[in-house]
Amino acid sequence: MLVQMLKTAGLAAAGAAMSVAAAAQTVEVPFYFPVAVGGPITKLIDQYATDFSKEHPSIKVTPIYAGTYQETIVKALTAHKSGTPPVTSVLLSTDMFTLIDEDAIVPIDNFVKTDADRAWLKSFFPAFMTNSQTDGKTWGVPFQRSTVVLYWNKEAFKEAGLDPEKPPATWEEQVEFARKLTKRDAAGNVSQWGVQVPSSGFPYWLFQGFTTQAGVELMNQAGDTTYYDRPEVVQALQYMVDLSTKHKVMAPGVIEWGTTPKDFFERKTAMMWTTTGNLTNVRANAKFDFGVAMLPAGKRRGSPTGGGNFYIFKKSTPAQQEAAATFIKWITTPERAAQWGIDTGYVAVRPDAWETPAMKKYVEGFPPAAVARDQLPHAVAELSTHENQRVTKALNDGLQAALTGAKTPEQAMKDAQAEAARILRPYKR
Amino acid sequence: MRRIDAHVHGWLLLLPAMAFLALFTHWPAVATLVDSFYSTPRGSRPARFVGADNYAVMLDDPVFWQSVANNLWFAVGTIPVSIALAMLMALWVNDRLAGRAWLRVAFFTPTILPMIAVANIWLFFYTPQYGLLEQVTGLFGLPSHNWLGSRDTALACVILVAIWKEAGFFMIFYLAALQQIPPSLAEAAALEGASRACYLRRVVLPLLMPTTMFVLINAVINSFRLVDHIIVMTRGGPDNVTSLLLFYVYEVGFKFWDTAYAAALTMVLVVVLALVALGQYLFLERRTHYQ
Amino acid sequence: MSADARLSPFEPAGIGRWLETIAAWALAILWALPLLYAVWTAFHPSEFSTRFDLGAPLTLQNFANAWDAAPFARYFVNTVALVTLILVCQFVLCTLAAYAFARYRFAGADLAFFLVLMQLMVMPDILIVENYRTMARLGVLDSIPAIALPYVASAFGVFLLRQTFKTVPRELDEAARVEGAGSLRILLRVYVPLARPIYLAYGLVSVSHHWNNFLWPLIVTNSVESRPLTVGLQIFSSSDQGIDWSIITAATLLTSGPLLLAFLLFQRQFVQSFMRAGIR
Repeated sequence: MLVQMLKTAGLAAAGAAMSVAAAAQTVEVPFYFPVAVGGPITKLIDQYATDFSKEHPSIKVTPIYAGTYQETIVKALTAHKSGTPPVTSVLLSTDMFTLIDEDAIVPIDNFVKTDADRAWLKSFFPAFMTNSQTDGKTWGVPFQRSTVVLYWNKEAFKEAGLDPEKPPATWEEQVEFARKLTKRDAAGNVSQWGVQVPSSGFPYWLFQGFTTQAGVELMNQAGDTTYYDRPEVVQALQYMVDLSTKHKVMAPGVIEWGTTPKDFFERKTAMMWTTTGNLTNVRANAKFDFGVAMLPAGKRRGSPTGGGNFYIFKKSTPAQQEAAATFIKWITTPERAAQWGIDTGYVAVRPDAWETPAMKKYVEGFPPAAVARDQLPHAVAELSTHENQRVTKALNDGLQAALTGAKTPEQAMKDAQAEAARILRPYKR
Repeated sequence: MRRIDAHVHGWLLLLPAMAFLALFTHWPAVATLVDSFYSTPRGSRPARFVGADNYAVMLDDPVFWQSVANNLWFAVGTIPVSIALAMLMALWVNDRLAGRAWLRVAFFTPTILPMIAVANIWLFFYTPQYGLLEQVTGLFGLPSHNWLGSRDTALACVILVAIWKEAGFFMIFYLAALQQIPPSLAEAAALEGASRACYLRRVVLPLLMPTTMFVLINAVINSFRLVDHIIVMTRGGPDNVTSLLLFYVYEVGFKFWDTAYAAALTMVLVVVLALVALGQYLFLERRTHYQ
Repeated sequence: MSADARLSPFEPAGIGRWLETIAAWALAILWALPLLYAVWTAFHPSEFSTRFDLGAPLTLQNFANAWDAAPFARYFVNTVALVTLILVCQFVLCTLAAYAFARYRFAGADLAFFLVLMQLMVMPDILIVENYRTMARLGVLDSIPAIALPYVASAFGVFLLRQTFKTVPRELDEAARVEGAGSLRILLRVYVPLARPIYLAYGLVSVSHHWNNFLWPLIVTNSVESRPLTVGLQIFSSSDQGIDWSIITAATLLTSGPLLLAFLLFQRQFVQSFMRAGIR
């Protein structure tokens, strides 16, 4: 406490030295932002902080670049435990339960008082809000969000006698197209696979595309129950496994996430599933004409969302929290949400952002950018529960076991569900 | 008076090093043991004494047992091969083959390169279809294989990387030992009419034994310590077939934030290594007696 | 050295020599392959990172991109500060402790030596969870000292120097004592100079080890101001957008460049000092 006071006093003193008039009311808002340091994104964020301070001279937002999402949450939680967390931070939307369990954050509802505020909170795509709410409260504000889409190589489609402008729209078409796109030499060795869905690291995320399309959710909104062993989930996994074992249109075994874009560039796969966040990368490195499409539909279309939300930390003063809320409202206006999407390739988080002139012009020049938006009505919350990392690991292990042929999809999902249920038992009320 | 002086001086000299060792080795080892009997504090729930619960969980945890098995295979795979290769390399470099300076450089560079970086390069070597390994096997018309993505080969792949990283380092110790063998021994053996194979087996190999013990212990440590390449290349996958004990500790401790369970897992490592340490201490003591 | 002067009668000869030379070279090429690949890929455009075409154009762009992608200059400074800090502390602490073990008979010396040797096995690398907590308590998380502290007292260093100090003739020690020199003065004037090669060797082992250490720095740092090179490198392998080998290899060469260059220039001394550090 004393340290805190001394710090505040020190800051105030430093502020006074710079500007005597403003010193008394300036509210400091340290802001953790997850970015692998360097590159243009830090410049954008710095610019936002400066612009905001111009409009709100009494608030000083200080961005702190904390590395990857994983590193940022480690840093934020450590700081929380030692009593000096940031006032606000962008962290994974799936970290919500972890942050609640650690008693680290406050609900956003605390700062929603006027009608304008209520309208603001309602302005985001509902698909993004499902990952931000539990127990009737809103804990996070969507900011840099993504989703899974399908990229296809138009030249490969032409060579295979397919319409290069028509991506697969259903599971059946996906298999059929992929079969035509898979090239084998005389010895039976594959030189080009039909489709590739990565399964290393965080296979659950892409797998959630299949389960959503199969018409099933993986967890409840309270984050204390998973449905890994539902028949539809097993079906979805069976379909994914069949791509390589039965239809032989996808490489067998676990496919590395990191090399998937390269596989696409090298024409080793004609279609790939990956994040919308790869759009800029693919645009720069694909030496052929490519298309971006919504994921094919099973019973329905579907994809999980992903990416980061704003959170406000508990162990800061009410004035700081209010100031952070002001900043978050400011940075998520339609114009800024649109600009952020254009500059970074993330999905602009609210429908009215897509109606802004800047965004309309951008989409006109680069139509694939709108695919993610069009898919959002079909999107669901990313898998997120209490003990998130562990519960998703149970699913990841099960998926990899099925993909490497160690277990049948049914057995793998049964085991994963048993493990998840064991982990979640203490959270059931 | 002088005796007392010696005690005081001795301990004073030792004190700084001992303080750091106590703070960062002995205390954490003990604290790990203590923590392993408590639950992990979460938010408003403080840690409470849970007895051997964490150990009970561990015994029931298939990933733990798999990591133990993987780690044993990893040790069995890396230790003998890297020691044998190190010996071979040392003999070759010692034998003044053509360009031995370059040989020495080639064998030794893996020691200098950071594992975190070379693991990415190895990732390319193992990539299906266009990876280097595939380009080579493709020349011989072999079918494509997903080296890191299938459970039969993933562990072998990371073992190979560890061997590559270690062998050159161990070579140096053998080289030192070889250069300390007096040439007169070789001359005497030659006079007796011994063959090269016989000389290597009967004279050189026994003289290298102390070095082998030293290298062996280092290799054992490394097999429980090297996880950088796991973090980059497989993250323990597919389905935990490359999860090593320390990697699992890292995952439980710093991804799941279950520090109590991580402590219990660490204890397994501590006990295993402490046993090896005891063995080594007895061995070193015996050696000094012989000298 | 005398081994170098005369050719051993058991050098391989004839066909055997040829076969062994070829085998040795094959293994050497295999061992150098990752480095060779790194050099190839770093100096060519990314299309050639998977194709080996002698006509490929050369470029330095990858280095520029890598340099822009992360504050490597800062990481360099951090790493240099880190290895220097560790090395200096290790020299001081290990010298004092080794001297005590080599030349003093004090109560509990055996137990103390055992406790030191313990660290050869139960090394800080596996005590990450508890050491992280200690650093948090000390309030030094995310700083260079936090990376260094667990390593400054090194059992390996103590052991190595103790063995060396034991070989110093007692007469030298006593002669200095007769001249009225104190214990510390004797240590500095007699023991340390005689052990210089061992210091060099140990220093090289220590520097190359900590230059490349990864797991502990990864855990204990989270800002540019304290992150060493290895942790900085990791961002390239954990990217959302997939792996770009051109940049990774360029960054690898950039970061291990100084060590690699030093090694190539001084490889004879390097290897020999590693050898000295070996076994006594």
